[in-house]
Formats: sequence, structure tokens, C-alpha cells
Amino acid sequence: MLEDYLSLFIKAVFIENMALAFFLGMCTFLAVSKKVETAFGLGIAVIVVQTITVPANNLIFKHLLQEGALSWAGFPNVNLTFLGLICYISVIAAIVQILEMTLDKFFPALYNSLGIFLPLITVNCAILGGTLFMVERDYNHMESIVFGLGSGVGWALAIVTLAGIREKMDYSHVPDGLKGLGITFITVGLMSLAFMAFSGIQL
Amino acid sequence: MKMLRNALDKAAPSFEKGGKLHKFHALYELVDTFLYTPGIVAKGITHVRDSLDLKRLMITVAVSLAPAGFMALYNTGFQANAAITGMGLETVPGWRAAILVSLGLPFDPMNHLANILHGALYFVPVFLVTNIVGGFWEVIFASVRKHEVNEGFLVTGILFPLILPATIPLWQVAIGISFAVVLGKEVFGGTGMNFLNPALTARAFLFFAYPQEISGDSVWVAAEGFAGATPLAQASIGGIQEIITGNWATLDAFKNMFPFVQSYDPATTKWLAAFLGFIPGSMGETSTLAALLGAGILTLTGIGSWRIMVSVFISTAVFTTMLNLIGSETNLFFNVPFFWHAVIGGWAFGLVFMATDPVSAAMTETAKYWYGGLIGLMVTLIRVINPAFPEGMMLAILFANVFAPTFDFMVVKSNINRRRARSGIA
Repeated sequence: MLEDYLSLFIKAVFIENMALAFFLGMCTFLAVSKKVETAFGLGIAVIVVQTITVPANNLIFKHLLQEGALSWAGFPNVNLTFLGLICYISVIAAIVQILEMTLDKFFPALYNSLGIFLPLITVNCAILGGTLFMVERDYNHMESIVFGLGSGVGWALAIVTLAGIREKMDYSHVPDGLKGLGITFITVGLMSLAFMAFSGIQL
Repeated sequence: MKMLRNALDKAAPSFEKGGKLHKFHALYELVDTFLYTPGIVAKGITHVRDSLDLKRLMITVAVSLAPAGFMALYNTGFQANAAITGMGLETVPGWRAAILVSLGLPFDPMNHLANILHGALYFVPVFLVTNIVGGFWEVIFASVRKHEVNEGFLVTGILFPLILPATIPLWQVAIGISFAVVLGKEVFGGTGMNFLNPALTARAFLFFAYPQEISGDSVWVAAEGFAGATPLAQASIGGIQEIITGNWATLDAFKNMFPFVQSYDPATTKWLAAFLGFIPGSMGETSTLAALLGAGILTLTGIGSWRIMVSVFISTAVFTTMLNLIGSETNLFFNVPFFWHAVIGGWAFGLVFMATDPVSAAMTETAKYWYGGLIGLMVTLIRVINPAFPEGMMLAILFANVFAPTFDFMVVKSNINRRRARSGIA
């Protein structure tokens, strides 16, 4: 049992890395990876949001939206899965909002350095992607917690290493036309080439 | 010599600014600094005085690659000749065989000259394509971006052919090295500014783009119609038992070459063959002994980091032993002991020449241990756990390259914090 969770976690972190295997959450991934410290902060925020939202959405899916989920309320034939996207997004938005207020109150330095990108986590496709993968793969509640944590950690790991490389690249001599986003795209491509080491591992 | 210098000096003005050949200044620079020591020295107050410049550093690496390069020639020919003899053929089709026949050389693994020449006929074309195509990109970028063509490519141009199988199509060599030089290195600004090892980037690109030509059983020995698994592939099928009892097609030729091994038991004989490098594999990677000699030169001259080599060694030993102890019913690769891991595949070659690449490795001394440790962990995991790729060294080093700047960052950061705490600022 514990072994299954461990392999699910490793799979979510490395093999199916949200950023480098599925290329999800690219906008924040590319924009907030200039400094390691900011990237680390954002990474932590994504881990927290992901670990809360995936299980929360899992509860909503299992007990409200799934076909036959409403039988406890006397509607065994109702199927509300078409409401999925809008529900998941609202849950994510609400949780991000709460997280933002908490950060503002208790960690103002981190709050300021994250700036506009914290509200943007709401529309980070890695977050919504995590929830949608959870629905598609039919994870139970415990699995969804592990998957949420794992996929968040994987994304955070990717953005911190990218920021490390980009800080080192301050000393590089990149052609003018490629400076900024261009070279970052190439860097991410090369990073995911290195992450291909995990493709093919069956857990 | 004087004449050459005079000719260069005479040609110099037309390459200077305002001269009509100014566009090709990089080419002039290339020839000049290749033949002579550059006349430019650092001016003003310098902090570091050392006779070691980039040129000497890269030449030392090239020298340390000589044993591996020699084994690449010898073993490629040896494997091919042994396979051809083993299949009972008189000759084989192809221009390489035609050249050998016209020189009157037999396809005999006992004939040293035939081995070296046969190997050279495979290695030299790959080497030439690598250097011509890669050099072409280097010169273009150097001319347009006004930097010098430097010796960094020299090493990449030697390393890349050494980690390819002998039968690789030459157009793939050209594509691979173009990808690595342009996207892996030059867009970042050239030597010293890339974050992945260029030779490994090229190989990884080919590995994922054209898997048929760079993996499987039939690409490692340059004899058409011959299929023989590498010891690494055998280990991934049946673990240590398969290595010892499995069929090594060219082992008889090895036994004939070194008659004293006849009295040894099969496991020792095979281990010795793998250690000396008489096994199928990528051209330059097979010989652990050659890599060891290279490691000696790199360590003595202080060019290659012994910290990285030692930490990769220890970490691989620890993790492979750990997997031995854990054991597995289904995956027999778990039971392969460390002393076998060390001689099969590209482990030794990668450890000595690829992991220690001063550009893509970690910079700080503490981070080098972490970097080496990560390589050891990853190579064990990819080899043993990942059924898709039997060889893990290439991807393990690339993976650690990605993490090296982060390790450096953490080491620098913790150092700053420690000193802050000591002086009571924080």
C-alpha cells in the first residue's frame, strides 16, 4: 500500500513531471524563473496550492459531480461532470485567494516578490492539469493527496533548477534576438532532454 | 617555421579591421593560435598568474584521450574482424573491406595492423564528419559574433566520435553535432557558457531521434549481418548470470590474443575482456583501462576534478551494492555487483571524461561531491530500474548537468549565511 503511494509520488515528481514532460504551467515557469529565490517561493506556493486543490476537487468530483454521485441526495441518475471545469477553477481561485491573504499577512517579503504571479497561479495550467489528471485517472482520495503533492514538488523542482541555470546564464553571451524568452525556451527544451532519462520507467 | 610565421604576419593586415578579409578574422585567428602561442597577454593588475590557458587545458584533455582513442581504433577493427572470422566469411561487401583487401590485409583479429586499419576506416570518417561539420558551425558563429574559434570544440570533436557506435550513418553524425554545437553551445555564447556537455547533448539527441541506429544488438560490431548483445544489454536481460554464461561472440578471439587467460574461469576471463575493452560497444567507451590511464593524466595535471571522479565512483558503488542487497525476483539486473557495473557500458569513460567537463559540472568544491553523487545515483537507477535504456551514464550526466547550477547556488548561499551568522549581521 505504502509502496504504491511512493511509486505514485516518484512518478508524479520525475517521470510525469508537469513542467518538463507535459509542458504545463509554462507561462509562470518561464516568467518567474529569473531568480532562484523567487522561483523557490513560487515553487512552494504551487506545492501548497496543488496539495490542497487536487484533493479538494477530488472530494467534489467523487461526491457531487460523478455519475451517480448524488444518489445520497436522492438523485441517482444525475451526472454533473459537465460542470467539472467551472467547479475546479472556482475551487482553485478561492484557495489561491486565501493563500494570498495568508502570505500578505504573515510573509510580506515573499508576497511582494511573487507579485502578480501569485494570483496567476489561479490560471496556471499545471494546477488545473493536476486536477484533470486526477479525474481522468480516477484516483481515490489518498492517491489524490499524494499526486497533488508529487506533481507540485516536480513542478517546483523544475522551476528552481531552471532558475539556477538562468542565473548562471547571466554570464553567457546570448545573441540579442534570443535574449530573454527565446533562450529560455531552448534551455527548457534541453532540460527536458535530460529528463527523458526517466521516460520508460514502469512503476 | 620562420617562413610560416612571416606568411601569417604578412596576411594579418588584410584580416584586421578595415582589411578586405575582415569577415574571416576568426579563421585567421584559428590558424594562428593553433600554430603559435598567442602574443596577447593580460594587461594591468592580474589576480591569477598561471601558465594554464584554455588551449593548454584542452590539449591536455586531448592527450589524456589518446589511450581511449587508440583502443577505439583497435577494438573496432578487432570486433569487426573477429565477427567476420566467426561467421566464417572470407570477405564482406563495402568500400572499407575493398580497401583492406586491396592492401592485402586479412580479416584476422590476430593481425594487429588489420585491426587498427579496419577500425580506422570506421573511426576516421566519423571523426572527420564531426570536425568538419562542427568546425563549420564554430567558424560561422565565430565570424558573425566576433569571438574566437577556441579549443573547446577540439575536445567535443574528439569525445563525440568516441561515444558513437561504429556503424552510425555519417549523416546522423552531422545532424547530431550540428544540434549540439548550435543549440547546445553556440546560442549560449560558445565555449564555457553552455550548461550541458555538448558531446553528450549530441549523442542524446541522436539516441532519441534515431534509436535504431544507436541501440539494439546489431549496431555495435561493424560487420554486416552480425548481431551480438553488449554485456550491458545481457546484464539487463538476465543479470550477472547472463553475463557469465551468455554467449560473447568475440570472446574466442580475445582468448587467442591473450593465451594466458585460457586457464582462468569464464567469469574472470570475461571481466578481463571487459576491463581491457575487447567487448562490443560504442567505439571509445569499451576500455576501462584506457579511461583509467586518462584519469591518471587528468588527475596528475589537475585538469579533471578528482572530487567528481571519486564521488561518482563511491556513489555508484554504494547504490549498486544497496540494490544487490535489496534484490529482486523479476529484475535480474539488481544482482549485478559493482565491479561489473564499472567495466561494462560507458560508466568509466563517462566518469573520467564527461562528468569532469569543467563547463557543465558543478563549480564549487562542495557541490562537486553532490554532483558526483547524483550521477552515481542516476546511473544506477537508469541502468537497473529503467527497462527502456540499458545504458544510463549519458542521461545520468546530462541530468546532473541540469542540477549543477542549483547545487552551486545552494553552496554559495549557505556559505554567505554562515559567514553572516559568524559576523553577527543576519
